[in-house]
Amino acid sequence: MTEMMLDIRNLKVSIPTDRGMLNAVRGVDLQIAKGETLCLVGESGCGKSLTATSIMGLLPRYAKVTSDRFEMAGQDLGTKTDAKLAKLRGRDVAMIFQDPTSALNPTLTIGRQLTEGVMRHEKLSRSEADARAIEMLDRVGIANPAARLTQYPHGFSGGQRQRIMIASALMGRPGLLIADEPTTALDVTIQAQILTLLGELQADLGLSLLLITHDLGVVAAIADTVAVMYAGRIAERASAVELFAAPRHPYTKGLLAAIPVPGVTRRGSELPAIPGRVPGLIGTMQGCAFRDRCSIAGPECVHDPVPLVSIGKGHSVECVKAAEVPA
Amino acid sequence: MLSFISKRLLVALLVCLTVSALSFGLMFVSGDPAIAIAGAGGRAEDAEAIRVAYGFDRPLIVQYLDWIGNALTGNLGQSIYFNVPVTEIIGNRVGVTLTLGFISFLVALVIAVPLGVAAALRPNGWLDRFALVIAVSGQAIPSFWLGLMAIVVFGVWYGWVPISGADTWQGYILPVIVLSYYAIPELMRITRSGMIDVLATDYVRAARAKGLPMHLVISRHALRNAVLPLVSLAAVQLGQLLSGSIVIESVFALNGLGRLAWESLLRSDLPVVQAIILVLSLLYVVLTTLADILNAVLDPRLRGNS
Repeated sequence: MTEMMLDIRNLKVSIPTDRGMLNAVRGVDLQIAKGETLCLVGESGCGKSLTATSIMGLLPRYAKVTSDRFEMAGQDLGTKTDAKLAKLRGRDVAMIFQDPTSALNPTLTIGRQLTEGVMRHEKLSRSEADARAIEMLDRVGIANPAARLTQYPHGFSGGQRQRIMIASALMGRPGLLIADEPTTALDVTIQAQILTLLGELQADLGLSLLLITHDLGVVAAIADTVAVMYAGRIAERASAVELFAAPRHPYTKGLLAAIPVPGVTRRGSELPAIPGRVPGLIGTMQGCAFRDRCSIAGPECVHDPVPLVSIGKGHSVECVKAAEVPA
Repeated sequence: MLSFISKRLLVALLVCLTVSALSFGLMFVSGDPAIAIAGAGGRAEDAEAIRVAYGFDRPLIVQYLDWIGNALTGNLGQSIYFNVPVTEIIGNRVGVTLTLGFISFLVALVIAVPLGVAAALRPNGWLDRFALVIAVSGQAIPSFWLGLMAIVVFGVWYGWVPISGADTWQGYILPVIVLSYYAIPELMRITRSGMIDVLATDYVRAARAKGLPMHLVISRHALRNAVLPLVSLAAVQLGQLLSGSIVIESVFALNGLGRLAWESLLRSDLPVVQAIILVLSLLYVVLTTLADILNAVLDPRLRGNS
């Protein structure tokens, strides 16, 4: 049995709105082993960012979060998740955000922002903390790191800022790094650099990486395991290799079919799209959330609970018709 | 930073020049000052004599340069009514206004900023609603009415404080309360809205993700960014408290600059009016310049290429 870095069962996140409870995350199971890179994929609004943010315990007060099990870094956080999470943040688990420009405080120096966490957690002196900040900046590829500690975020480019955010997240030597669409706000060439960097760091430091993205190119580049999220639940989970080769959930198939392939997809031809749109998440939902858009849906898809079908090692699909999906 | 400050000072200097020209010009937009000085019953010969005596017959530009030259050496002319130097009259009155203005400003800040922060931490919580009541009532109640009520209740009924004058420090209590109550709403609301904006930013989330305790997240990361608009507003507010206390000074019979300006207008004592306008305008220039510099200290982006 591999050692688990994160083990969450039946995670639910609800947000009160004027029109009723918005059940954005509706029972997600998520396990990440030590050293594993798991990509959480899905379209906007499927609950992937909320899932990540709730793992950090950073959701706003009005959001209601429950789970049957919540274990991180070998600690059972049980019911009093929030208070205990506060102690783990920055040490066992760290997070980087989508837009590095807004994730760095414009009024504080880079050095201050890198060191403030560890100076508190590990009671490092200023010079010890500075030394580690220099080491981390060097590691993420910031040239001349010692001189740059006294500079402010606006003196850096977008790619450099994301590198700094990564360095900042690694300062506390966490076991789990959560990256919420870390490349979305960056140029394509910079995206590739940041992904390569994340992959290298993950391998060197033995990090567990939870990467949130809607970009399947990112997934192909970096993921060990992929979890496809749809309407607040995980529809399919498989190793990256298997998911791309043999997707079993009709939604996953639709997603993959929508990727243009150079040389294969004809210029000017229409890309296949999934018909219909995402169901509203207010109130309760019966049966499979995808059935209205699904080409193979039948009467059995209305029933609760939708069975979780296991197909080989580490590959599971939440679809009653999984066996009928042509592989 | 140095180049930012010198640029800002240059702008301030230009504003000062404009302001001085405007306050000088005020003397003439209200009509012929010589006739005004001669009074309603004055004859044409009197006005002519006055015109020569005060130098109003000279070209405007000469008069302006003369006036500004004198002003730079600390001579703001003679009061027509009292026939003593204007600087002396202003000097006697400015202390009351500065004391009242600065104390009211400090009281307002000490109340408004923490209340605004607390309200922002729990929007629509009971404290936020309480702060809203304070803000709305503070903006809705005219300060002269509040001042009169305060005098009636605490001065006349209870006799806790003197009802007028500032011979003792107790005389300042009611005016400070009324004046700061007038300043609190705006300061508080800008703190609240700034704080709400900043608390929703990614860098506040990032600071929490580092595991910093909430009080550090607020004081180090959020407040510093939230006070940037507050600084600019506070400078203008302080200017208003210092220059706009005419009503309060009248209600509480405090002999400050505001009251002096009002009395001098009634007496057509133009050099005094002119000087007060100049002094108060320059005060605004100094305050806004200081606010800009303070903002540049707080926000490195404003300093330009560092």
